[in-house]
Amino acid sequence: MITNFFEGMGAYVLLMTKVFRRPDRWRLFMRSLVQEIRLLGLDSISIVVILSVFMGAVVTIQTAFQLSDDPLIPTYYIAMATRESITLEFSPTVVSLILAGKVGSNIASSLGTMRVSEQIDALEIMGVNSASFLILPKVVALILFNPVLIIMSLFLGLWGGAMAGDLLGLVPFQESIMGYRLEYIVFENAIYGLIKATAFAFIIGSVSAYSGYSVKGGAVEVGIASTNAVVRSCLAIILANYLLTDLILTS
Amino acid sequence: MIQAKGIEKSFGENQVLKGINVDFIQGQTNLIIGRSGSGKTVLLKIILGLFEPDQGTIHYGDEVLGEMAKVRRKTLRQEIGMVFQGGALFDSMTVAENIRFPLEMFAAMTEHEKDERVNFVMDRVRLEGAADKFPSEISGGMQKRVAIGRAISMNPKYLFCDEPNSGLDPETAIVIDQLIQELTHEFNMTTIVNTHDMNSVLEIGDHVIFVKEGHKVWEGTNSEVLGSTNADVEEYVFKSKLFKQVRQAFRK
Repeated sequence: MITNFFEGMGAYVLLMTKVFRRPDRWRLFMRSLVQEIRLLGLDSISIVVILSVFMGAVVTIQTAFQLSDDPLIPTYYIAMATRESITLEFSPTVVSLILAGKVGSNIASSLGTMRVSEQIDALEIMGVNSASFLILPKVVALILFNPVLIIMSLFLGLWGGAMAGDLLGLVPFQESIMGYRLEYIVFENAIYGLIKATAFAFIIGSVSAYSGYSVKGGAVEVGIASTNAVVRSCLAIILANYLLTDLILTS
Repeated sequence: MIQAKGIEKSFGENQVLKGINVDFIQGQTNLIIGRSGSGKTVLLKIILGLFEPDQGTIHYGDEVLGEMAKVRRKTLRQEIGMVFQGGALFDSMTVAENIRFPLEMFAAMTEHEKDERVNFVMDRVRLEGAADKFPSEISGGMQKRVAIGRAISMNPKYLFCDEPNSGLDPETAIVIDQLIQELTHEFNMTTIVNTHDMNSVLEIGDHVIFVKEGHKVWEGTNSEVLGSTNADVEEYVFKSKLFKQVRQAFRK
């Protein structure tokens, strides 16, 4: 098992050295990039919207439930705690984990199908660097668009939290806004979240692409690769989340 | 011309090719035939440069494949057209985009010249009216024609076909075989076809190479196949009653 892990890591690194090469044709690269942004980014907006609004609402309700017993704590502190939870962890990490499921399986299954139907072999025989041609636009699209999704998720999460707090009578809407603005530090909140979003985007794109690109066999193996892509991406995101949190917040 | 000289290849303990020497002749359809596991696919992949031989050399004209610089090897790939068993068409592209793809990647042409070339190729492989269709919307025979069109779009010197008519009905298979032969003669390509299909052998086998257990055991033309007295060829080719009858009729 350990040998397999290190062999896999080695193959992943070798694949990445092939991926990050100058594209043969910039025009085709840009065309693929736009397609991938649409497929991997724009098509994920609906799930991010739904997830973020309800996530914000649940975090507000949970926080209010914990703090409402103490009459000395102002209600806008509930909103402030919600803001910290959403911007530091929930939006960047939970949304990325969900996207690892949606986008990661899409990348792995599409590349795996191309592998078993010899489309990747066809590119190689033509003299095209198939790894760079197929994977680089996906990774770049995710790195460019994942932060956009996370910013959207931040605002929608906070809005969902404020709406839930107001509708359930836990925190008036104006006090939620006050709490969100209280002691707001741009780096610790937004920038920190965006650094994580970018790192997680790279993980989702590259790990899923590795799982799909290295498929051998047929339809069953493509299915296994798709599952592996999600599991590996999620594990890598959780590990990277710990490392980045430690690195950024304690340094 | 492509030459394979003394090609040997093993995978672990299993020696798949045991010193194969073959000249693949320019302007002819060169067919490699043999049972599954006889080594013909490995031979094709070695000729394509996808596997390195343990011993021996592959010659493209005067150049040795293993000694070519990386840049030359890349440009050589642009002189090669390949038709895969399953077509290997790009699902996300239309028929015209599939044929245009090699031109977009490598050709120093204007957009107008590319359009003209795509139209010429589509006309040549008889795909009129299918330009905007996706591979999933066309028949197996048309998919094979698209694959041939994509393979010849760069006007290659060398054409490789791996089981080009597998999964096709006999009528369509003959059409595909004849198309490959016509294009080979028309563009004076060195064409290598890997096949199990004895109809293909008899229809388009300008030069037939029979591989058994890693050895080349026989070579000749399609008409010589029928008259062959080689025991291995007889056992492989004339296994079916139909071909036995054909041989008897031919010998009479």
